[in-house]
Amino acid sequence: MATSVRESVEEVGRLPDFVAVKEQTPLQRMISSQSFWVTIALIALVILMTAMEPSFGTPANAANVTRNLAPFGIMALGMTVVIITGGIDLSVGSIMGLVAIVAGLFLTWHYPWYIAFAMGLFSGLACGAVNGFFVAYAGMPSFVVTLGMLSLARSLAVVFSANQMLYQFGPDAPIVKAIGQAKWPRHGPENWAPQWIPELSSQFWTMVILALIVGFVFNFTAWARHLFAIGGNEEAARLTGVPVNWIKFQAYVFSAFTASIASLLLLGYNGSAINAMGQGYELRVIAATVIGGASLMGGVGTAFGAVIGSAFLEVIRNALLMAGIDSNWQGAFVGAFIILAVLLGMQTGGKSILSASLAVLMPKKNR
Amino acid sequence: MPVLEVRHVSKNFGAIRALTDVSFQVERGEVVGLMGDNGAGKSTIVKAVAGNFPPSDGEIVVDGKVCRFHQPVHARAEGIEVVYQDLALADNLTAAQNVFLGRELKKGFWPIRVLDKQAMIDRSAALFRELKSETRPRDLVKKMSGGQRQAVAIARTRLSNAKLVLMDEPTAAISVRQVAEVLELIRRLKAQGVGVILISHRMPDVFAVSDRIIVLRRGSKVADKEAGKTSPEEITGLITGAIRGD
Repeated sequence: MATSVRESVEEVGRLPDFVAVKEQTPLQRMISSQSFWVTIALIALVILMTAMEPSFGTPANAANVTRNLAPFGIMALGMTVVIITGGIDLSVGSIMGLVAIVAGLFLTWHYPWYIAFAMGLFSGLACGAVNGFFVAYAGMPSFVVTLGMLSLARSLAVVFSANQMLYQFGPDAPIVKAIGQAKWPRHGPENWAPQWIPELSSQFWTMVILALIVGFVFNFTAWARHLFAIGGNEEAARLTGVPVNWIKFQAYVFSAFTASIASLLLLGYNGSAINAMGQGYELRVIAATVIGGASLMGGVGTAFGAVIGSAFLEVIRNALLMAGIDSNWQGAFVGAFIILAVLLGMQTGGKSILSASLAVLMPKKNR
Repeated sequence: MPVLEVRHVSKNFGAIRALTDVSFQVERGEVVGLMGDNGAGKSTIVKAVAGNFPPSDGEIVVDGKVCRFHQPVHARAEGIEVVYQDLALADNLTAAQNVFLGRELKKGFWPIRVLDKQAMIDRSAALFRELKSETRPRDLVKKMSGGQRQAVAIARTRLSNAKLVLMDEPTAAISVRQVAEVLELIRRLKAQGVGVILISHRMPDVFAVSDRIIVLRRGSKVADKEAGKTSPEEITGLITGAIRGD
């Protein structure tokens, strides 16, 4: 197909800038995606660490790492949705704190766990709705609105909790803990799983299920098509009849939803609620999203990238810890990877640096 | 019956009178060039017909039906499509995705209604063939030439079988070679019985495809001439005011 077009173009004698760029095959698309290379780097890192550090490759550590990365992965899915529209959500960490405190308060007042979780979720969604309203309908920059919410939600969490840790959770405390600490598959004589399979946490499985849902939505629904169109050209989306404001509003509510889910799972895992939960998480979540290939300019992002970016950051953190490197170095590594990832994904003259350097390394035969 | 009839339309923005008593008609399969200097009221008349705002006075009649549009969606429902100057394309999406943006085809049953990607690709490919354009449905718009981008924007108007297409400066920002391509696309629309209003500053392009040329000056219509019975010199004179209109 591509060659026949080229031939016919040559026959007519048009100049080369009219020749269409060759259609990409799925394999080429995959190779040129940032998340693919981050995955390769992640696998390499895991293999290297497993070989060098005996305590790294254990099922226990795998369970640990997958559990630690899950809250970030869950929130990165929400953040990806917001970043695709060309916005940003700085408030996710604070929303986590507020959700944990609201749910924790209802538990200490001896409400059933589902009421407490519902109230926590409700408070989180309310924050997201406020974000969404001011960004989508009042037309304010998302940076400013969510920066305000970062401060506001954290302050509310401190006030509601009277700056106390909440841990006397009443009759439903065991259920809450069971939700946060649940694992599957289980080891032990009465269970089928052999020792080499890690006991994966409920947080991890929640992330996997959510990622599959988001991935499906991104690929197969008109809603996601509109989301990407808004990030690509908001005015164009508006002119073609896409309900731009409504979709942007939903994006911020979804981001808050993922923060709420992450918060409730951590609340259950810890068995307590502190108002400082999630402090500084927003930056790690944004870092994970960007490393996974989402563009802060909008219009680009995948569910897989969000998860793989979170996994990458957590594995680096864990690896540094295992390698006995001073934990104060973590920030330097994470920072370097953020800059590197964005550099690789950057567009220079219509070509990403990654694909440009690939073209040098692997020249095409048919040129 | 004309596909569009503009009857004594005036438009005020506060104290500013952008249009004064403008009337004209567009028939099926007719290309009407709309010319005028900056601020002559070209975009105001286009926006009124496209439904961005209703006129202050007068009426817009589509296919014999008096319409009062408040949003572009209303105008589109009556078969009026606009190709905007900046084309209103999302660069990060493919040609097919852009053609169907905002009116995606879906399959399946509620609540799982998924995109019918193949149908959209096939339909866009058919539209591009119809327009004799070499645009491929799966290509990203980002990587396309100006002419191909125009083809995507025009294919979008064919999706709904529009009766009238308004084109705002379609040849302003593209290379000479691609201009020929776009003019050919306009001829195809005409051949399919679509009425076209072509807004342009470029005299040769307007004369190349238009059946009739309307000149606006300071918010009023000063000329409505068959393209064959006028000349670029006369039109230039009418635009600048060197020649007095009717």
